[in-house]
Amino acid sequence: MVLEERLIELRKTLIEFATLVEHMIESSIKGLVRREKELLDSVAQTEEPKANDLDIKIDELCASLIAQYQPMAKDLRIILMIFKMNEVLERMADHAVNISESALYLLETPSVKPLIDIPEMAAVAAQMLQDSIAAFINEDAELATSVCARDSIIDNLRDKTYKELIDVMSADSSTIKRCLHLMRISRNLERIADLSTNMCEDVIFIVEGKVIKHHNIDGQDGIK
Amino acid sequence: MVNERIFFRIFKDKLFKLSVIGFCFASILPLLFILFYIFKNGIAVINWQFLTELPKPVGEIGGGISNAIVGTVMLVLISSICSIPLGIGAGIYLSEHKQGKLSYAVRLCVEILQGIPSIVIGIIAYVWIVMPLRTFSAVSGGIALGIMMLPIIVRSTEETLKLIPESLKEASLALGVPYYKTIMKVIVPAGLSGIVTAVIISVARVAGETAPLLFTAFGNPFMNINILKPVNSLPLLVFNYAASPYPEWHALAWGASLVLAVLVLTLNVLARIFTKKWKVQF
Amino acid sequence: MESPVLKIESFSASFGEHNVLKDISLEVTRNKLTAMMGPSGCGKTTLVRCINRMHELVPNASVSGKMLLQNEDLYAMNPILARRKIGMVFQRPNPFPTMNIYDNVIAGYKLNGIKISKGDLDAIVEGSLRKGALWDEVKDVLYRKGTFLSGGQQQRLCIARALAMKPEVLLLDEPTSALDPKATSRIEELMIELKNTVTIILVTHNIAQAARTSDFTAFIYLGELVEFGPTQKLFTVPEDKRTEEYLTGKFG
Repeated sequence: MVLEERLIELRKTLIEFATLVEHMIESSIKGLVRREKELLDSVAQTEEPKANDLDIKIDELCASLIAQYQPMAKDLRIILMIFKMNEVLERMADHAVNISESALYLLETPSVKPLIDIPEMAAVAAQMLQDSIAAFINEDAELATSVCARDSIIDNLRDKTYKELIDVMSADSSTIKRCLHLMRISRNLERIADLSTNMCEDVIFIVEGKVIKHHNIDGQDGIK
Repeated sequence: MVNERIFFRIFKDKLFKLSVIGFCFASILPLLFILFYIFKNGIAVINWQFLTELPKPVGEIGGGISNAIVGTVMLVLISSICSIPLGIGAGIYLSEHKQGKLSYAVRLCVEILQGIPSIVIGIIAYVWIVMPLRTFSAVSGGIALGIMMLPIIVRSTEETLKLIPESLKEASLALGVPYYKTIMKVIVPAGLSGIVTAVIISVARVAGETAPLLFTAFGNPFMNINILKPVNSLPLLVFNYAASPYPEWHALAWGASLVLAVLVLTLNVLARIFTKKWKVQF
Repeated sequence: MESPVLKIESFSASFGEHNVLKDISLEVTRNKLTAMMGPSGCGKTTLVRCINRMHELVPNASVSGKMLLQNEDLYAMNPILARRKIGMVFQRPNPFPTMNIYDNVIAGYKLNGIKISKGDLDAIVEGSLRKGALWDEVKDVLYRKGTFLSGGQQQRLCIARALAMKPEVLLLDEPTSALDPKATSRIEELMIELKNTVTIILVTHNIAQAARTSDFTAFIYLGELVEFGPTQKLFTVPEDKRTEEYLTGKFG
């Protein structure tokens, strides 16, 4: 049936977008850690325009599928959620660009402290995004739930990073600008993880028709 | 008080129903009587000789009505040949052209023609054909009968074809089939049951007509298959023999009546069977 | 862009004084399904009947403008030939009641007296019925009259009959409006499959059907071509206000 084929096309495009965003995050952190300028430049100059195009393409595809086929039930949920996930991915891409901008600044300056927590945050956030995509592809509500549970790890790491950087700034005021950029990077990573959580709530809606957003899920404790 | 009124009304109801049923039976009675009488009086005469021999002169025993049977067949054939193509053609034209001066004129004429007394048609045929040919003939009789068949065939063809949905014509035209082929190969075949029924009924009608044949076919005591000569027919024979003073001829007349009645009955039944069996579903 | 199968240029049509189509111009792409949609009485059926020259069969009908089929002027050729190049399926299924299924499919050849060998005829019948998604259901009863078939089957028979003539363009005039939903969706699936081999023009007053099945849509209103374009675009971001209003149910 035509609608099925076009839904497959839509899913593929979304996955393509998600993979691109993954790559953007990876490039910006790698570029920061390894101090590679080309990697950071490519994020803003090559990959962001591609991301914008995909964003528009998915928007138009969703609209035309609804207009042309009046999908119902699961098909409708899928299209609505893909529409929302599209927006989420676009914002993640923006955050990745922000990270690359701050990283470019930090490249010009001597490092303030060894980077431990930020790469760890990046790793967790990247894994969360990967798992969100996998959960979407495989319609795995369990995986999606586990992603939502990991959000607290990132929140804790961000708080830790903030504390450390505040101490550094208080001790030496010449490090303020650099620390602020590092804080910005950390904040953006936390936002990326948060957005992954949103995506997973949408996946659960597609699969189970249950609305779980606006609740807090805390690992084994279930819904508070 | 109320009970009585209701009782009276129920009674009136039943009375009405019974009267209607009674009238119904009463209307079948004439036909039943006629058939019974004809059968009773005619059956004695019917035998193979009766159907194959010529009438014998008065006084002789036996004789048959073979020339009348042949004559009737000839007359019906001639009238059919005259009226069927003309009638179907006119019917087709009228069904295709619902409005227009010619259609209006044709419909009017056909209606009037249907109402003209059969004897008047006979006289007209006499003037048109018998006088120029200077002889009574089967042709003139056939033409007179054909004129009588015409209105029935024209109207029935028109009505039958009008019932055929327009979509059938469109389907054919859309395939690139020319107009005349569409009519002849699609529309008319679809309406064939109605048209054939009309033909059978009109034949049944004219087979028993006597008046127009009085001055045209005229009658003939001998066998004749020449269409330009006078010819006998069943109704003519009945007319002539029944009015005669000879009892042998009366018997022949009864026999001929029976044959005629059977013929007309058979044709009507055939027409009914045809309509049912061949009727095309849309 | 390959050349369009059908080009309509400044085409107008009337019934006597009443002007039904006003200056229509559009191009129909090969092997795509083009839908003509619009409220009742807008002229879409008239337009389609002008394509296969059925419009002129009505007394007092007149046309002006050009219609080019593969760059040949449709109105310069013999109308009979024009109609053979264009197939049409009508709103109510109309198989010929006096013919059996086999004869119905090849009716275009039989009625026109076109001589073809029996072997070729058999091939045409099977091929057309397969294309019309009817072969499996009737292959054992080819010599029975088609009137026992259901509405949907009869309509597919009419499609097979039209396809047998190998037309360049297939016109479908509201082919599913007399059918139940299941038969309707079968015919819609059939149309989507068929468009790969024959160009289809579909007239419909059912907006959702036009949206589901067509590649291009023309919106016709009061005899004018209001908007024409790819279906995806016309249904999400129509350019003309009237199209917008029609799609959102403000009229029609």
